Amino acid sequence: MAKRVAIVGTGQTFHKSHRPDVNGQELINEAVRAALADSGLKMDDIDAVIIGNMDHFEGINYVDCWSVDGSGATMKPIFKITTGGTTGCTIAIGGYHLVASGAFDRVLVIGWEKNSESDTSGAITTAFDPVWDRLVFAGAISGLAAEAQAYMARYGATDKDGARVSVRDRKHALNNPHAQLRKEVTLDEVLASPMLADPIHLLDVCPRTDGACAVIMASEDVAEKICKSPDWIWGTGNRHPYAYLGDADYGRLTSMKRASTEIFKKAGIKEPRKQINVIELYQPYSFAGIIWIEDMGIVEPGKGAEYIGSGATDMGGELPINPSGGVISCNPIGATGLIRCAEAAMQVMGKAEGRQVPDVNFAVSTGFGGCWWTDMVLHGKKKPNY
Amino acid sequence: MAEKEYIVIESGEAAQPFDYAVGMHGSKFFTELRDNKKLMGVRCPKCKMVYIPPRGVCGPCFEEMKDFVEVGPGGVIGTYTILRFAFIDPETGQQKPVPYGYGFIKLDGADTLFQHYIDIVDEKKIKVGARVEAVFADERKGTIRDILYFRVID
Ligand SMILES: [Zn+2]
Repeated sequence: MAKRVAIVGTGQTFHKSHRPDVNGQELINEAVRAALADSGLKMDDIDAVIIGNMDHFEGINYVDCWSVDGSGATMKPIFKITTGGTTGCTIAIGGYHLVASGAFDRVLVIGWEKNSESDTSGAITTAFDPVWDRLVFAGAISGLAAEAQAYMARYGATDKDGARVSVRDRKHALNNPHAQLRKEVTLDEVLASPMLADPIHLLDVCPRTDGACAVIMASEDVAEKICKSPDWIWGTGNRHPYAYLGDADYGRLTSMKRASTEIFKKAGIKEPRKQINVIELYQPYSFAGIIWIEDMGIVEPGKGAEYIGSGATDMGGELPINPSGGVISCNPIGATGLIRCAEAAMQVMGKAEGRQVPDVNFAVSTGFGGCWWTDMVLHGKKKPNY
Repeated sequence: MAEKEYIVIESGEAAQPFDYAVGMHGSKFFTELRDNKKLMGVRCPKCKMVYIPPRGVCGPCFEEMKDFVEVGPGGVIGTYTILRFAFIDPETGQQKPVPYGYGFIKLDGADTLFQHYIDIVDEKKIKVGARVEAVFADERKGTIRDILYFRVID
């Protein structure tokens, strides 16, 4: 029987486009110290550490070994998990598995990235097949643009529908002191910004960021002693399709559908739109904010734009999405998925300060990456009844 | 202020000679492409999906595949974009020339999409569903570059 697992503390750096004042270990250390302070634990209390980033970005391959001064893992069990863009969410799932197994009571999970230290699009391209996929591939934006084109052709959405999502997230970021970009934009400004890859404009996409995030997970045996109202993990899902880029069903995120269906079934969530109170969606560009909530079952296929346009996902709406400002406002890639997890946990724990959504019972955080992968975590206020 | 110095990690004059194998299925594709200008897919015995590039195993079914079928060289644009931002091409270390058309081609007879360049000489014609055909290199060497690009023929 697996142990129930809760998040008992989170910490983040103040994310910026460039942090030349610290090296990678020091950046990691800032987030670890913040998470320890939040939970009231000391490094001695931590039983094991999981760390992740996109190792080809910094070109440092044994990040688990290299980072111990910063992570606090000196003479402790530590290992690295790296799954591309999903990394930050996969390490959260890995931390959950470690604690649920009963082998460790308190696990520290760390995601980080210094995107300023290399060329992101060039580095991402090296994650794809050298013989078949690299010739024309142009990093994350090319694949995302192809998704948006396919969706627009299938459902009649427009670039204005995408821009509306960007307007939402960039406005939300004003409430989050950790976000890198904190400037409101208008629909017209998004549409007038330079075209990167049709139909994606500059203001439709995420920036490159230096930042780190840490999350502390604890077993049900100790969680409530550390934290009076921890964030309980109700379920995790992890779906990784991909052999070649052309294998995907462009315009639909099948992995999201599979992961969310599994988790919601397990937790008895029949009407996610009504039962979930907030979502931190790993949404690297605006159109994903429309498409992927359809795959998550929040609204019917083709209805995403209308739902977003109604204001339902704005702060104060029926189901706020990305109160943090999301990935469009801040994207230290290996940390990005874990920031979603931490932000969702903060919402459940009532610690989200200026970006708090009232009365959160269930929250969802997701990770996206590689070739149409989805990792997902369901967070809840109550202890799971299984 | 002193000029900023970067740490450059390079291989000097040397190339980085990765020696990737493409397997028997990949070899079949590239030799047919080089010698006969034919595009070969492979069919799953269980789900009947025709895959391009051809590969040894159907992932969803976990079945071995050996049944080669010719696909294309015509097809339609499954989806596409036009790349307009400059980035470093890790294949060359240089900035990739932009703009260029980036297409996922639904080749006749195939169930997956084939990724390649689309000629963007007339941008207005580039649409999801537009009819395209492969344009082959005159001198073919058994690589993905033996196809120069796909062009719209509508
Ligand atoms: Zn099959």
